[in-house]
Amino acid sequence: MGFLHEVRMTFKYVHLIVELVKRDLKLKYRRSFLGYFWSLLNPLMMMTVMMIIFSYMFRFEIENYPLYLICGQTIFNFFNESTTRAMYAVLENSTLLKKVYVPKCVFPLSRVLSCFVSMALSLLAVVIVMLVTRVQLHWSMLLFFIPLIYLLLFASGVGMITSSLAVKFQDVLHLYNIVTMVWMYATPIFYPIEAVPENVARFIRLNPLYIIVNIFRELMLYGRIPPLGSWLLGAAMSVAMFLIGALVFDRLRKDFIYYI
Amino acid sequence: MENLIEVIGAGMRFIMEQERTDTLKEYLVKLVRRNLKYTGFTALKDVSFSVRRGDSVALIGQNGSGKSTMLKLIAGVMEPTSGSVRVRGSIAPLIELSAGFDVDLTGRENVFLNGALLGYKRPYMERIYDEIVDFAELHEFIDVPVRSYSSGMIARLGFSIATHVQSDILVVDEVLAVGDYNFQQKCYRRMEEMLDTGRTLLFVSHDAEQVKRLCRRAVWLDHGMLMRDGPSDQVCDAYLDWMQKREAQ
Repeated sequence: MGFLHEVRMTFKYVHLIVELVKRDLKLKYRRSFLGYFWSLLNPLMMMTVMMIIFSYMFRFEIENYPLYLICGQTIFNFFNESTTRAMYAVLENSTLLKKVYVPKCVFPLSRVLSCFVSMALSLLAVVIVMLVTRVQLHWSMLLFFIPLIYLLLFASGVGMITSSLAVKFQDVLHLYNIVTMVWMYATPIFYPIEAVPENVARFIRLNPLYIIVNIFRELMLYGRIPPLGSWLLGAAMSVAMFLIGALVFDRLRKDFIYYI
Repeated sequence: MENLIEVIGAGMRFIMEQERTDTLKEYLVKLVRRNLKYTGFTALKDVSFSVRRGDSVALIGQNGSGKSTMLKLIAGVMEPTSGSVRVRGSIAPLIELSAGFDVDLTGRENVFLNGALLGYKRPYMERIYDEIVDFAELHEFIDVPVRSYSSGMIARLGFSIATHVQSDILVVDEVLAVGDYNFQQKCYRRMEEMLDTGRTLLFVSHDAEQVKRLCRRAVWLDHGMLMRDGPSDQVCDAYLDWMQKREAQ
């Protein structure tokens, strides 16, 4: 079956994606006393720890460091969690995939989406930090959802790649940790890009996650609307990654059945 | 009557890498040495048959005869390497115990998840929800996580879901071994009822008695080849004869 057929079927199975997302969220919070509250508390606690470490150990000249941190951290954590969880999506549903036809991409996509919902809930933590640090409110902040949509597309693309590669090469499961760690250090989350020598910064500016984090910070932290170039670059990279992910997944999915 | 399933000259050849390359390193090493040797294994060879609407067809054969592969082709989880398998209409497979259920969810939640996996939306599942629970006799346990169900209870729920959604074709793959005698009998009655209302059944088994009871027709596979296709009592008898002869040898 061709690529287009699979795309059509994926649209037909949107209700399944919804059910899978609901399940993920239910299970995530079910047996914990504070439930959804954790999505709020966790980023705040992480931010506090990092703030303490980085304001005493390394000093960066960054205005409103707590907000700077939590913006970067929210975005990177989502990326890390969603693509890692997506990586196991096909493997963990292997018995099912042998029995009944469903478009296979619903598994990685639903995991990325459920992480996205959790992330959206934890945005309240960002708002709290904004209020506590008395950031001036701007209309530009209402555009916050656009970089998040970029992020969703980008993470979905990467998630489709990790989930399909992991079926064929289990090494990916071990390797991906390292990849995300390097990626985290290559994304200015707790340091300013100015702290990096220019010949490295040149590459960091091409890091899609940095581009997304940067747009988000411009809106939320500095109350500025980034130049059109950043918007276009971010959009192009996210859409490209989504398409690459979909094509890689489509190429590999036909072999899943021989490996699971 | 229209054909719901049409299998035309279907063949399935698995390519088995001689030593499975599970890791990237092995794969790369072999690729570099141009040493990726493949051996083939033919699971199905030029099999043709068709199933008409309202028919009840059994696939019989020993282990390794190609029944499961055939079923996977019909379910659409695999594509044949030669020939074609065409299916019109929806299929509800009886999903095996562990596969379609999330043990952390309750029975109720699993009904909807399982329905979604079979391609049915929530409003539809809500309409048939009561019937499903009634048939499975799980009223007291429906809001308990499936983790604490017995295997019989899960089988009941799975069977009930698969038989209550309005699929054109029901696929039953030797799952009736679980569940007690009474429930098994109930399942047979349910399948007979479904056949009376014009639904189509594809039944996989190596129990000739079950096959004769439920199915009008049987397709006998051996080593991936079609041995016989005809009325179930004739095919079953031939199959049993053949088995006895082989044992005597």
